Amino acid sequence: MWSWPFAWQIAPELLRAVQTTIAATLAGFALALVGGLLLAFARRAKPRGVSLAAAGVIEFVRSTPLLVQLYVLFYGLPSAGISLPPFAAGVLGLGIHYSAYLAEVYRSGIESVPRGQWEAATALNFSRRQTWTRIILPQAIRPIIPVLGNYLIVMFKETPVLSAITLVEMLMTAKMIGSASFRYLEAFTLAGMLFFLLSYASSLLIRRLESKLTQR
Amino acid sequence: MNNTRQTADPIVRYRSISKTFGDLTILHEIDLDIAPAEKVAVIGPSGSGKTTLARLLMTLEEPTSGTIEVNGELLWHKRVNGRLVRADERHLHKMRGNIGMVFQHFNLFPHMNILRNVTEAPIHVLGLPREEAVERAVTMLEKVGLGDKLEAYPSHLSGGQKQRVAIARALVMRPSVMLFDEVTSALDPELVGEVLAVIKEIAREGEMAMMLITHEMDFARDVADRVIFTDGGTIVEEGSPEQIFHDPQSPRLQAFLSRFRAGSGKEVMR
Repeated sequence: MWSWPFAWQIAPELLRAVQTTIAATLAGFALALVGGLLLAFARRAKPRGVSLAAAGVIEFVRSTPLLVQLYVLFYGLPSAGISLPPFAAGVLGLGIHYSAYLAEVYRSGIESVPRGQWEAATALNFSRRQTWTRIILPQAIRPIIPVLGNYLIVMFKETPVLSAITLVEMLMTAKMIGSASFRYLEAFTLAGMLFFLLSYASSLLIRRLESKLTQR
Repeated sequence: MNNTRQTADPIVRYRSISKTFGDLTILHEIDLDIAPAEKVAVIGPSGSGKTTLARLLMTLEEPTSGTIEVNGELLWHKRVNGRLVRADERHLHKMRGNIGMVFQHFNLFPHMNILRNVTEAPIHVLGLPREEAVERAVTMLEKVGLGDKLEAYPSHLSGGQKQRVAIARALVMRPSVMLFDEVTSALDPELVGEVLAVIKEIAREGEMAMMLITHEMDFARDVADRVIFTDGGTIVEEGSPEQIFHDPQSPRLQAFLSRFRAGSGKEVMR
């Protein structure tokens, strides 16, 4: 049954792989934070074409599986002359996929800022850019931090999908250990534990950040 | 006094200003001049268009037709080959520097403390050095009686205190025209006095033109050089506070004032 010596033996390898998982999550999330904001802006843009295009992109990306998007990026793009290594394709896929979700989250945050804040910004003659960066976004982002944090954790737990495009992340590593040694129990249990520990730790961090920001 | 003021070059000039929302006419062909340093009170029933008058000047809403000039320069338009075209954001930005506004619901920035609420625009819009902006802000906050609240956040202040911060925030920008849009309407009755006192004090200092949209008749009488009564999107009557309050000519103003007195519980004899 469960063998502690074997678990110890494979732990370093899994810990190395978890670094790939974390790196892909953080890079993908950073991309989604920026991409989501850009999509949210585009959605609100005055020219109807821009706003409709953004709405279309959001709807399309949300309505297709991440796995399909990853396949297109990794196996489809090379036929268009763009070959991405697995990590880059994975990060790009996660980033694009979650951009669409975060765009909607940003939108709800932006819409929660009262109209009076825009008007006060105009009355004080802030430029459009300053109004966004100094007045609106700080207020829009605060209430959506828990939701953003939730998406970070969801994304983290979805990284095993990246194994489908040959990225050797944690779960792929566990599978390789299992098939090489015929011992699956330890490898998958440890992988699950690592997912749990990291998810739980980040949810605690997010909660602390949230309570710190909502004190006022 | 009224006449001498009006013959000076006006700081604000509304010409044939109309504002409609769909079928609804908010303002109809309004002409109005405000002289430099003049204090104009605007009274009238809700929905009479008085708030819109201020919002058009603050560029929060665009007139449907007509022009507004500030300091002799068109606010919403530019003249291109003799024709009026809609001005761009850059022009509006330049013109807005002349105008300040205090809102009914304060609209303080909840994520900034009081000092930053007041210094943010001087630093980032006027480009003042931080020390100078802080000095200006502290002086102004002391003047409105909040020199001890610099580090507090808006959510910790009473409505009256919030509104005084909002007044300080608008004043540090040193506009030539200041708009007060029903600034005591959202306040508990016992907090109205402190805000009106601050505005009276500012009015007494003089150099800034003020448009006071208000339901406080005593306040209008005390502060204003001229009172304007709007109803149904037009200026029905205007004159000195004495004329308007003691010798109203139009039946609509008479009705408004008597209703107002009855409503506010004053001079109800029966």
